[in-house]
Amino acid sequence: MQDVVLALLAKEPSHGYDLRRRLVAALGPLGETLNVGQVYVTLTRLEKAGLVVQDREDAPVRGPRRKVYALTAAGQERVTAWMGESAGPRADVPEFHLKLVAAAESGLADPLALVDARRRELMRSLAEAQQATLEHDTNSEAGLLLEGVALRLQADLRWLEACERTWAALASRGKGGGNG
Amino acid sequence: MTRDGRLVSGRSTAGGRPGVVRAVGLSRVYGQGKSLVRAVDGVDLDVPAGQTLAVTGPSGCGKSTLLQLLGGLDRPSSGEVWLGGRRIDHLGERALARLRRRAIGFVFQSFHLMDELSAVENVELAALLAGASPRAARARATGLLARVGLANRARHLPSELSGGQRQRVAIARALVNEPLVVFADEPTGNLDSTATRDILRLFGELRAARQTLVVVTHDDRVAATADRVVALRDGTLLDDTRLDGGTRPLGALLGWEG
Repeated sequence: MQDVVLALLAKEPSHGYDLRRRLVAALGPLGETLNVGQVYVTLTRLEKAGLVVQDREDAPVRGPRRKVYALTAAGQERVTAWMGESAGPRADVPEFHLKLVAAAESGLADPLALVDARRRELMRSLAEAQQATLEHDTNSEAGLLLEGVALRLQADLRWLEACERTWAALASRGKGGGNG
Repeated sequence: MTRDGRLVSGRSTAGGRPGVVRAVGLSRVYGQGKSLVRAVDGVDLDVPAGQTLAVTGPSGCGKSTLLQLLGGLDRPSSGEVWLGGRRIDHLGERALARLRRRAIGFVFQSFHLMDELSAVENVELAALLAGASPRAARARATGLLARVGLANRARHLPSELSGGQRQRVAIARALVNEPLVVFADEPTGNLDSTATRDILRLFGELRAARQTLVVVTHDDRVAATADRVVALRDGTLLDDTRLDGGTRPLGALLGWEG
């Protein structure tokens, strides 16, 4: 979640409620249980790590004081690194999804380029897993594990096709992307 | 099959030379005016000898059309197709048919076997049509059927074989003339997962034997058997990925490192 929050801040400094709203919009029904407290916990950790800084503190006449957070140079660096780094063979679907949303919102990366890179990575992993699977007896314990890994990778690749379709459609409609 | 029992004779990669299969600015359009469809749209492709290439993409992306153009089954609207250093896109029908019989192996989704011929007869027919003697044709057909694991099914009719077995007969047939290249169109499209596994294993062996192969597929498992994967979208090549030469330890698949 830390990387996602940082990436959302790359677009513009925001306060916790706004970050939560954007996260919930990106996560849909899966984001319902996300409360603003979790967002603030993450922001506090990021602040301690020197990755974000409180830009200013509004003190309205009424209502709660809203803290607005902005990226530091170190935070900016980490977001850029996160966008560029490969997700690894076991990456979560929600994490990659949020990465695409954050990439589009912040303009730090092209979602379709991220999808292409991810497909290359998964395809290589599938080739490795499959080669090992074919060399093993299907009925062995090791073969069973390899088959499971290969099936997971296939499922991820299929989902990527859907990602590509949707983000290509969003791009052609001229939406910068996301829901924010 | 070669004498030492390998699936195909080994071929060395032609370093720096133009590939066995080459497309230059290849396009195929259907219809005209507002109903014009660009099935293949300006594709440049070079497949070196000994490479296995997978062309992936959703249905309707033009991948079957591309395969038909490369295999001389269809003619481009513009652009060039080269096979083994020879331009083939404007050959006459007769010359094209001869080329397909002798220099190209085809594998189709729906097998395309002759129903009234046994497995071994299906394979040897392809050799006979390419000019082999009956004796040589039978020997090569028998050897290849053994190689694809169907020695004890050689006398069976296609109707007596499972889908996976039929496709293995089709692969044996595609290899019987030691073709320059094998083209396969959705070879696992009609197969269950067990049969698919057999085909994947065979494709892995073809790759190891350095048989030049172009396979069009939307099955990522098939694509993962190739040296190289290109993605086709709306008739255009988008992505080009090399799968060979990976040196990562298999344990990385667990994602436990770091």
